[in-house]
Amino acid sequence: MNNTGYIWQWAARMAWRDCRRNLGRLTLFTVSIVLGISGLVAINSLNDNIGTNINEQAAALLGADLEISNGREPEASVLQLIDSLPGKKASELSCASMVLFPKNSGTRLVQVRALEGDFPFYGQLETIPVDAAREFRSGDRLALVDQTLLIQYDAQPGDSVKVGELTFKIAGKLTGAPGQSGITASVAPVVYIGKEYFEATGLQQKGSRINYHYYFQFETQEQTTSVTEKIEPVMEAASMRLRTVETQKKDTGRFFDDLTRFMSLVGFVALLLGCIGVASSVQLYIKEKFTSIAVLRCLGATGNQAFLIYLIQIAGIGFIGSAIGVITAMALQQLLPVILKDLVPVTITTSLSYLAVINGLLTGTVVAVLFGLLPLLSIRKIAPLHVISHSFSPPDHQSGRLITLLVYGLISLFIFFYAWLQLKNGITALAFTAAVIVIFVVLWAVATLLMRLIKRYFPFHWQYLTRQGLANLYRPQNQTVILIIAIGLSTTLLGLLITVRTQLLNSISLSTAGDRPNMVLFDIQTPQLDSLQQLAVLESMPVIQTVPIINIRLEQHNQLTFQSLLTDSTSQRRIRNMFSREYRVTYRDSLSDAEKITDGKWVGNYQTGNGLPPVSVEKGFAERNEWKLGDTLVFNVQGRKMETVVASLREVNWGSMQTNFVVIFPNGLLENAPKFHVILTKVESEAQSAAFQQKVVKAFPNISIVDLGLVMNVVSTITEKVGTAIRFMAGFSILTGFIVLISSVLISKYQRIKESVLLRTLGATRRQVLFITMVEYLFLGLIAALVGILLALGAGWAIITFSFKTAFQPDFVPLILLLVIIPALTVLIGVVNTRSILNRSPLEILRQEG
Amino acid sequence: MTYILKLEAVEKIFTTSERVLHILKDINLKIEPGTANAIVGPSGSGKTTLLGLCAGLDQVTSGKIILNGTDLKTQSEDQLAQLRNANTGFIFQNFQLIPTLTALENVMVPLELNRQKNARNTAVDLLEKVGLKDRLDHYPVQLSGGEQQRVSIARAFANKPSILFADEPTGNLDAETSEKIVNLLFELNKESGTTLVMVTHDLDLARRCQRIIQIKGGQITSDLPVHHHE
Repeated sequence: MNNTGYIWQWAARMAWRDCRRNLGRLTLFTVSIVLGISGLVAINSLNDNIGTNINEQAAALLGADLEISNGREPEASVLQLIDSLPGKKASELSCASMVLFPKNSGTRLVQVRALEGDFPFYGQLETIPVDAAREFRSGDRLALVDQTLLIQYDAQPGDSVKVGELTFKIAGKLTGAPGQSGITASVAPVVYIGKEYFEATGLQQKGSRINYHYYFQFETQEQTTSVTEKIEPVMEAASMRLRTVETQKKDTGRFFDDLTRFMSLVGFVALLLGCIGVASSVQLYIKEKFTSIAVLRCLGATGNQAFLIYLIQIAGIGFIGSAIGVITAMALQQLLPVILKDLVPVTITTSLSYLAVINGLLTGTVVAVLFGLLPLLSIRKIAPLHVISHSFSPPDHQSGRLITLLVYGLISLFIFFYAWLQLKNGITALAFTAAVIVIFVVLWAVATLLMRLIKRYFPFHWQYLTRQGLANLYRPQNQTVILIIAIGLSTTLLGLLITVRTQLLNSISLSTAGDRPNMVLFDIQTPQLDSLQQLAVLESMPVIQTVPIINIRLEQHNQLTFQSLLTDSTSQRRIRNMFSREYRVTYRDSLSDAEKITDGKWVGNYQTGNGLPPVSVEKGFAERNEWKLGDTLVFNVQGRKMETVVASLREVNWGSMQTNFVVIFPNGLLENAPKFHVILTKVESEAQSAAFQQKVVKAFPNISIVDLGLVMNVVSTITEKVGTAIRFMAGFSILTGFIVLISSVLISKYQRIKESVLLRTLGATRRQVLFITMVEYLFLGLIAALVGILLALGAGWAIITFSFKTAFQPDFVPLILLLVIIPALTVLIGVVNTRSILNRSPLEILRQEG
Repeated sequence: MTYILKLEAVEKIFTTSERVLHILKDINLKIEPGTANAIVGPSGSGKTTLLGLCAGLDQVTSGKIILNGTDLKTQSEDQLAQLRNANTGFIFQNFQLIPTLTALENVMVPLELNRQKNARNTAVDLLEKVGLKDRLDHYPVQLSGGEQQRVSIARAFANKPSILFADEPTGNLDAETSEKIVNLLFELNKESGTTLVMVTHDLDLARRCQRIIQIKGGQITSDLPVHHHE
């Protein structure tokens, strides 16, 4: 065997001999790895499973091989083409509408789907009783009603439901439909009826937003492809939307990518905290091994050989920890789908992904080695002389500085690489890495500054016990930096989660506070407007705002037309969409409080002869579509062409609960165009809301009502469910943070043992020693938590401002609670640790420490 | 005449942030192979530092140490480690056994580092020689102080070193055990013809050597042979 081979073999043997009897010493290290890896493997495995499940169940997500749809009735030529297509067909009309349960006069905005044919071709409408899915298509006036609705309005199959002008008997409760998850059902519950009854419901009026869907099932995949390719140009020209199993897979996958990516990121932060745990527990471990290593060096082992022994040990235990983490992940795998089941439209399987397992084992081992490397490298510098005397000669730091920098570089690279792997986006990964580095640097700087300040402005006049506790923060071999980083990082993460969640909920509840409207009535026909306003007045409800809405289309932007784009194959879909979409616009003479002009001049009134009519465009939309001030836009206002000019660009707070628009016309142009109206009003109580809704639905079945109280409940449910998933992952971070805290406090415990014992030998009471410890940890916990919360506020501000684009208004109450809990926990761990020393006799420990 | 250990004008200075400590000043010393030498002196006189320098555990500030023909100053840290493994043995006041290894494994370490075949058998023989045949698989905490020092002696002789450094070998033992350990040490030393350099406070123990080097304030104050009346 060559020399290198022999050395590796010997080092491995020594590594095993050295750790077999004291594996317990590495418990904290192992737990850090286990926690970090189990969360990560579970979430990555879930990611892979959702991906596979979406692939496997994609056909059932769409329910057909091809879906053609549009928000208005297709032209005759397009209808003819649709009719001529081969395969099995089904069609559906859908719209938002109010329904009424006559049993108790309950009303609710739902999604009405009028179905014809055997849709879905894949998967099924899941109903109770099972027969109901078939029965409601029998030609009788039957409906399928979403189970959440039935529960909410205490209705049963056999009761009736009024859709528009028509009353249906409820054939069964709908528990599942293609592409539907628990959340979509609670946001927009579905009522299925037969298509033949749709006209009779009276929902199809001028201005109503009816969606037309045509579903197809083909013989083969090839037929699907060839048909889709053949009709695509015509359908696109007619602004019809095509969806195939493939596009559905992508759309669904994209949404869950966002969710699981965020969860992966939280999981990754848990791993990062675990990394600090690794670094601090390895440091503690090496400290304990110091003399043994010096002896080995005396006996002729080189620095590198000694280093190798512990490197193998740490890598080996890192691997074992990762394996335990993977096994724990298997158990978690069973839990995650339960937490996420309402958010996901597919059935999640719980098989462990091999890729995630290998990733976990590899990551755990790499993390163990990489983050253990800094303390491990110090082994090479342990002088054999330490065996006979704790010499004065300072360790040679100079030669190690380059390697230390290299290790820090590797760690940063690892964080970036891993974030990139989890986020699949280089720039976001870079931002994440930068944020982590900034947080580390800030915490480190605060800790260092703190030590300097305390040392410089030391309160000598304070009583001895407080002074002693405070002095512990800067004395040699203190753990101030590592403790502040560990506690601070955990607090930052926790604070950020709290801040973002409460901000989202608060922004919704604030938007309906005071005199702001909390009920929106839409789809109001012009002749219905007056009587509806009177009804509101009768119910003592203020009509806060009446907004006219006109549906128009864009024909031309400067010289660009839809026709010219069709001949240009390079044009982007985004630009094409600019022409194919429908614009819902309004006219008024002033801006709302959610709007601000950023460019150009707001014109509220237009008089014929004053040049081209001026319109105001939302800034973001204008930028995305490359519309500039002074551009001409030709709109098709329900058959009539109208040339306009972009006179101003507006910033709009979309988060505000009012009707917001992309394009606004001035008064004096659209008053006579066919339109419908929206009324904003305010209800004072749920009872008032229910009573008013019942009257409106009875008198005007086509009018839809959005009760913002209900919307808030739904948003709250969604954030609660997403929050549970995120909290679950955050739980790992917190638990790991806790482990880091324990291991960091333990390191300082070893520093403090001798001192505490000496103090007791000199006559200090247990209570006095405990008090000193409390002062030290209280101060540490307080500073770390405070900085952590400030960092969380900073990060929260960035996320809310740039990602959610709303004003940052944090709720300080939970953060103040955090500021109390974190230091309390730190003190508790510190005190519990010290108590274990205090319960033993000073002599016993002095002998041991000898 | 060839010397196993030669010190020429050795100086050792430690610099701390507050002051400069001159630990050893102008030390000149020559040790003949196979002899037993004691270094005595009061606490803080620099004797342990001198032992560390002789054994290649630390580097001199100035001067020269030649161990077994090798100038220690010219050696890298790794070469010094090899030199220690092949040529020197150590016995410490507080035994310094590796707590996580058994008695047998502690003795095997220098043998394995030296890539010796049958390391286990050699270690078993050595432990038998020091009277610990029944304690092979015991960990240091399961052994008495005397037993631990026996293991330490067995480990020191494992690689048949040409020179043995002992730092207060009986400092942590009671009188009766000390006597036994010293007898064992000298017996093995005589048997293997190893050179012994021992730091001690105990003048009786020092007198069992052939030469006593007295050191005070970092300087050799006397260097006298011991006349044994047999």
